[in-house]
Amino acid sequence: MLAARRFLRRETVGDHGRTLHQVKDGDWDQFYRDRWRYDRVVRSTHGVNCTGSCSWNVFVKDGLITWEHQATDYPTTGPDSPEYEPRGCPRGASFSWYEYSPSRVRHPYVRGVLAEMFRDGLQRLGDPVAAWADIVENPLKARAYKSQRGRGGFVRASWDEVTTMVAAAHVYTTKTYGPDRVVGFSPIPAMSMASFAAGTRYHALLGGTLLSFYDWYADLPIASPQIWGDQTDVPEAGDWWNATYLMMWGSNIPVTRTPDAHFLTEARYRGTKVVAVSPDYADNVKFADDWLAPHPGTDGALAMAMGHVVLTEFFRDRTVPYFTDYVRRYTDLPFLVTLRQTTSGRWATDRFLTASDLGEEDGAHKTVLVDERTGEPVVPNGSLGFRYGEAGEGRWNLDLGDVLPALGLLDLSDEAVEIDLARFDVGDTEGGATIRRGVPVIRVGEHLVTSVFDLVMAQYGVRRGDLPGEWPTGYDDPESPNTPAWQERITGVPAPLAARIGREFARNAERSKGRSLIVLGAGANQWFHSDMTYRSFISLVTLTGCQGVNGGGWAHYVGQEKARPITGQQHMSFALDWQRPMRHQASTPFWYLHTDQWRYERVPADELSSPLGTGRFSGMAFADTVAAAQRMGWSPGHPAFNRNPLDLTDEAAVAGVSVQEHIVAELKAGRLRPMAEDPDDPANFPRCLTLWRANLLGSSGKGNEYFLRHLLGIDSAATAQECDPQHRPRDLVWRDEAPTGKLDLLTAIDFRMTNTGLHADVVLPTATWYEKHDISTTDMHPFVHAFSPAVEPPGDAHSDYDTFLALADRVSELAASHLGVRRDVLAAPLQHDTPDELAMPSGRVRDWKAGECEPVPGSTMPKLIEIERDYTQIGAKMRAVGLLLDKLGTNTKALTVDVTAELDYLRHQNGVVTDGPFAGRPSLATADRMCEAILALSGTTNGRVAAAGFEALEKRTGQPFADLIAGHESDRITYPDTQRAPQPVFTSPEWSGSEKGGRRYSPFTLNVERLKPWHTITGRQHFFVEHDWVAELGEQLPAFRPPLNMARHFGAPGELVDGGVTVRFLTPHAKWSIHSMYHDNELMLALSRGGPVIWISVPDAAKVGVRDNDWIEAHNRNGVIVARAVVSHRMPEGTVFQYHSPERTVNVPKAEKSGRRGGYHNSLTRLLVKPTHLAGGHAQLTYAFNYYGPIGSQRDEITVIRRRDQEVEY
Amino acid sequence: MRIRAQVAMVMNLDKCIGCHTCSVTCKQTWTNRDGTEYVWFNNVETKPGIGYPKHYEDQDRWHGGWQLDDKGRLKLRSGGRLKRLSRLFVNPDLPTIDDYYEPATFDKDILVNAPAGLKDTPVKQPRSALTGEPMAVTWGANWEDSLGGAHEHAAGDPNIARMPAEAAAQVKFEFEKTFLFHLPRICEHCLNPACVSACPSGAMYKREEDGIVLVDQDRCRGWRMCVSACPYKKVYVNHTTGKAEKCTLCFPRIEAGQPTICSETCVGRLRYLGIVFYDEDAVLAAASVADEHDLLEAQRAVFLDPTDPAVREAARAAGMPQDWLDAAERSPVWRLISEYKVALPLHPEYRTLPMVWYIPPLSPVLDAVGGAGRDDADADAVFHTIRELRIPVEYLAELFTAGDVEAVAGVLMKLAAMRSYMRARTLDGTVAEDLLDGIGMTGDQVEAMYRLLAIAKYDERY
Repeated sequence: MLAARRFLRRETVGDHGRTLHQVKDGDWDQFYRDRWRYDRVVRSTHGVNCTGSCSWNVFVKDGLITWEHQATDYPTTGPDSPEYEPRGCPRGASFSWYEYSPSRVRHPYVRGVLAEMFRDGLQRLGDPVAAWADIVENPLKARAYKSQRGRGGFVRASWDEVTTMVAAAHVYTTKTYGPDRVVGFSPIPAMSMASFAAGTRYHALLGGTLLSFYDWYADLPIASPQIWGDQTDVPEAGDWWNATYLMMWGSNIPVTRTPDAHFLTEARYRGTKVVAVSPDYADNVKFADDWLAPHPGTDGALAMAMGHVVLTEFFRDRTVPYFTDYVRRYTDLPFLVTLRQTTSGRWATDRFLTASDLGEEDGAHKTVLVDERTGEPVVPNGSLGFRYGEAGEGRWNLDLGDVLPALGLLDLSDEAVEIDLARFDVGDTEGGATIRRGVPVIRVGEHLVTSVFDLVMAQYGVRRGDLPGEWPTGYDDPESPNTPAWQERITGVPAPLAARIGREFARNAERSKGRSLIVLGAGANQWFHSDMTYRSFISLVTLTGCQGVNGGGWAHYVGQEKARPITGQQHMSFALDWQRPMRHQASTPFWYLHTDQWRYERVPADELSSPLGTGRFSGMAFADTVAAAQRMGWSPGHPAFNRNPLDLTDEAAVAGVSVQEHIVAELKAGRLRPMAEDPDDPANFPRCLTLWRANLLGSSGKGNEYFLRHLLGIDSAATAQECDPQHRPRDLVWRDEAPTGKLDLLTAIDFRMTNTGLHADVVLPTATWYEKHDISTTDMHPFVHAFSPAVEPPGDAHSDYDTFLALADRVSELAASHLGVRRDVLAAPLQHDTPDELAMPSGRVRDWKAGECEPVPGSTMPKLIEIERDYTQIGAKMRAVGLLLDKLGTNTKALTVDVTAELDYLRHQNGVVTDGPFAGRPSLATADRMCEAILALSGTTNGRVAAAGFEALEKRTGQPFADLIAGHESDRITYPDTQRAPQPVFTSPEWSGSEKGGRRYSPFTLNVERLKPWHTITGRQHFFVEHDWVAELGEQLPAFRPPLNMARHFGAPGELVDGGVTVRFLTPHAKWSIHSMYHDNELMLALSRGGPVIWISVPDAAKVGVRDNDWIEAHNRNGVIVARAVVSHRMPEGTVFQYHSPERTVNVPKAEKSGRRGGYHNSLTRLLVKPTHLAGGHAQLTYAFNYYGPIGSQRDEITVIRRRDQEVEY
Repeated sequence: MRIRAQVAMVMNLDKCIGCHTCSVTCKQTWTNRDGTEYVWFNNVETKPGIGYPKHYEDQDRWHGGWQLDDKGRLKLRSGGRLKRLSRLFVNPDLPTIDDYYEPATFDKDILVNAPAGLKDTPVKQPRSALTGEPMAVTWGANWEDSLGGAHEHAAGDPNIARMPAEAAAQVKFEFEKTFLFHLPRICEHCLNPACVSACPSGAMYKREEDGIVLVDQDRCRGWRMCVSACPYKKVYVNHTTGKAEKCTLCFPRIEAGQPTICSETCVGRLRYLGIVFYDEDAVLAAASVADEHDLLEAQRAVFLDPTDPAVREAARAAGMPQDWLDAAERSPVWRLISEYKVALPLHPEYRTLPMVWYIPPLSPVLDAVGGAGRDDADADAVFHTIRELRIPVEYLAELFTAGDVEAVAGVLMKLAAMRSYMRARTLDGTVAEDLLDGIGMTGDQVEAMYRLLAIAKYDERY
């Protein structure tokens, strides 16, 4: 092809009968040549919350961006593998439309009524903070602007005016209520790290609260912390190529992993078998060899049945050395678990046996297994008890020495007992029932113990020998969990098909040594009980030795969570160079309380409890479990107390006691209350909310109508009734009048007008992804690469980075007279990957409020950490790398690295601050410098840092790691490198896999190959999870939990009443948008249906007389949606889809049902909080930001669909 | 023999993910301007479906392409020169805007500039991009995406109507019977282009050097005969200029040695571009073979083997430079069409000798949902036979082989055999030549084809 350019003859050839051949005649084609002409090509990417992170060439002509095409120069994957080029998708290809779109925000906007009052106040009072107080302290004035949210009337303002107003609000709130009432939300740092860091650093230095996203989005697979003690780690897309059996489970790869899908289609040609598990004929089904279509939300039953087949055929009937070797070494299956007697006198599982039970000192976190050769209990290396402290140095590893862990006690014991195991497929409550099955037991001291392997065999219903209990008669037994026939009743998937796929999966893993892969997606994850579903999936890959093997294991792709240069990203974003920690907050409980969704709760917490539980949640509401988890120090609760933390330190100083003593004393006396016990107290409201890189009110806000009513104070389409007295929380104050309009200031920073912007008080214009400096990574590919400005931002738009610097400067100015230097006190939860994990041996819960123990900060309640804040220096600190790094270095996943050399490097690379108190510090004055700092401080992008981290890891584990970075110790990736082309990252202890020698990244290969423990109680991958709250829900072992029965709790919302049909309401990810982004893009609107749609099956549509493209309404107690129907036979009966997230800004008429503008998909949802996601304080179940916390699930909901009047009004 | 070179394309539908990146990058570059709002030089259709414009494959309706007259001579289906001249001003075979779709745009800056005191949040309403009037969106460039509304429309897919009755009866728009695949389409840059022959102005021509079919914008008088005559409906009218426009195969890029935009930006990596040599003197005969089932072989026979010394000598004699000879020799298009014989032309029965060819798609088995019996005990026999696939082979045959089922099945068997062969290689390192019995390929050929289809490096694709 390349030769074509040389073959341009000019010769006219005549008509050969039918066809006119000729060379160019005249210059008519100049038009097309001119269209193709351009002045400049600039490399950038798209910072939307997708996992693409694709490199794009942006074409510029006459100073205008014309179009974008994908770059094709990714570093090679090697001669025998497909390359990453040309990553991209139609959404990204249409991005340049936004540059000049009518919805582009080009200037700062303030709602007119608010602007007028502020201008008036400023003129009268002369002080911006006083002017703000004058508005928000006056109920009439406050009502006047809050009631206008979402109703138009923006006026333009200058940057000076608008930063003054926002800064005044933040200073006022900090001074009056506390800095923790100043809240920020911005998701997914990986999608543009400097932009994220700008705002988070601002909030960190202020003392503000930063909200999480990964759990809130229900993208966090809670099973990952539970099983691995790891947030999420997954293979890059290029590793699919190495799989020889690939199951797509709830992941619609062509639609949601568009740039990566080719690895799937190509791997098939290499002989990889592909299976699709999807309730609808999704786009990915086309690429499968087999399609399994379980009813939505029943995936866990299918996976449990496959596990039943695997355990039966590959562990019981036949032994596969590869599998047994793997599970002995790398899973908790050999470990011993104690049994307890339930209130009814039956036996049930309790906790891991520990070295303390054997009489060892400091043995509470050392777990025990039996050596098959001796039959004796032994304490192997690698458990949590070896992770911290000097005694464990060199012993935190998976080296078993001469020990051969016994896989089950059947051959070692003559004794067996019947135990009760949880099942959730039957029963009168969500808590289900139990089934009795026998396990072999031995006695260790006073304890009756069995092994996790024996428990798993019992749980899956695999009968061995003459063990007592209720066992299936065979695969075809439809009654006994978890047989193939049993799952067929639940899922609709034919039993032989389920069995065959399970068998093929394991057999492939046996032949390929672990190259069976499960690609998991939101379709399986975003359910209330997703953790249980995922545990049933992950069991399949751990039983078959696939995890930690290239081409095998799990591949959870939901959210662009992987900021590869994570150390620099976290330390810079959270201002850990100045102070530690910052106020991190799990969003789901935050919004559950602060948008008053808890006031509408009808499901009591103990509804979820298993009969195996002890009644721990009896009389409690979900809100009570939130309050309990926060007061016990498991899960963060911000604001923490109903008093300003800046005042608490002053009070302590006056009283002459430490602030810790002061707070404990005040709490015990009842004079100070945790926020969670009275979220409707005006002292506890979140007052200021700043959103950037986010669309909370147009995309992610589950329970949108409750946000509108309680947070913003405007009309809402929710019709749900507040809960009856018997459903009210036990420990929370119930105020008869629910507050509305809790928020004083909503600031939205965006380049386009979204539903969030429409409801904000202030909208600030920002640079697009083609107008700023930043860096991007993803879990899907192993590169780091850049955003670069192709043009300047238009109008008054600035980058996020510059916006937050300006805001920080203005706060610093105002602080001189309002705040000065203050001492703050943070209530911080017990933290994962720190010795805090040792606070609660065996996960035994003690509640100080119930008198079960004393409130001890950092042990039975949150840590209380004092931080001095000089509010006059926030702007200066934003611009400089802080002093704490010199003293403490960096710390990621418990590995500390001295970064003196990096600070010195940054002084040269970035230049230094030239004056003021921080003169001489490395400069962070611009976004590209921030990028340099992130890259310099991270092991993935700086070989020296990786080497230092591996050195620390070698010391702790006694295992070799340094060779993984050998040859790269002096290599680093700079920001200009990332601007030139995507750069492959280095192997680093920040992550669990190896890229050495051009290897494709797969998680946990270092654990498997280098015997590094997982960050769990045993140091192994877990089937058994211990914690009293987990036990209460009967979830210690994998099991199938069905979707919540919403009809049972809230009533069917009106089946076939007023012509409606009740259906399950699912919100998968869309083909024509990334969340709400691109949904309003005219190219995408042209390729889709031109506005919001709901997909419905042919039979359901027929029931309510709906034809394709009819206007329909979907409603339930939470709200109402108006959309066009897409009727399709690829949809299963009983389920509708509204692809996430259609927004309500384009082609959305008013609803008949409410008379108001139709909603978007989260208008039909409301949060529910799963208590086990709050469980903390112990081993892998300790808190970290976006690592653990209740997920904001939204897939268990139901709705009524009805055909509406076809005449619509906008 | 009169040797010519043609820049041709193969799309591997088995890899197409239906993402439409090709459509968007093409439109952003070429047709995001007044007069071409509804125009997609490249579009992607969901099959089964009626396509864009609606029912374009129904030549009984549009009279596109060629047919044989009573004497077996090739003639335009739209009639002879006189008939076409008589219709210059009233052309009943011309699609209306509704056959494409009325393009919508959305209110300008109402979100930013909404006045104060609205009862509700402001919203953008659809308006016609042609008239500016409020409109309801009732059809689009890709209305049938992922089988949306298929049970109402897709039965009108002309390919179903042409299927043997027994097979057509099996196509049901029911959940259990669902199948779909995507069909990206550009101009076919035919060897025997009906549009060129139909043009009364001589404005349409096939470029001498590379076969790209173009509309001379200076000569075009807007008669629109090309629109009717093109059976693929890939010539459009710019309603602002009144002239015909079409895919140019990105000639400014081709001339610079770059692949077309749709090719380079294809995320599925399924497009191959290359040079094929053909014998211009053989085109008429190939387009005129009596039996439609013979068209595939006849068209393949028009292509000349670029490795044949006689062909190379002829090419040199025709003035082709050495690098064109080299490019032809390593042309992935030539290999896929003529060596591996896995690529097929779209609707050969139109007799235009299209130069964008397709590898047909595999699909899951039909019994997956029902779970009909097979040997479940052998966990190593993971693949199904191609006769169990959900996409009816008869349907694919209507698209690619004028209904010749065996020809399509033969291609699918090659893909299936390649997968089984490579599975053995990948899992055990074994060479299973026995799997290749019946597909007429050697192990080496299969591995070379595997590399081209699966590893598909940039330099191999273009």
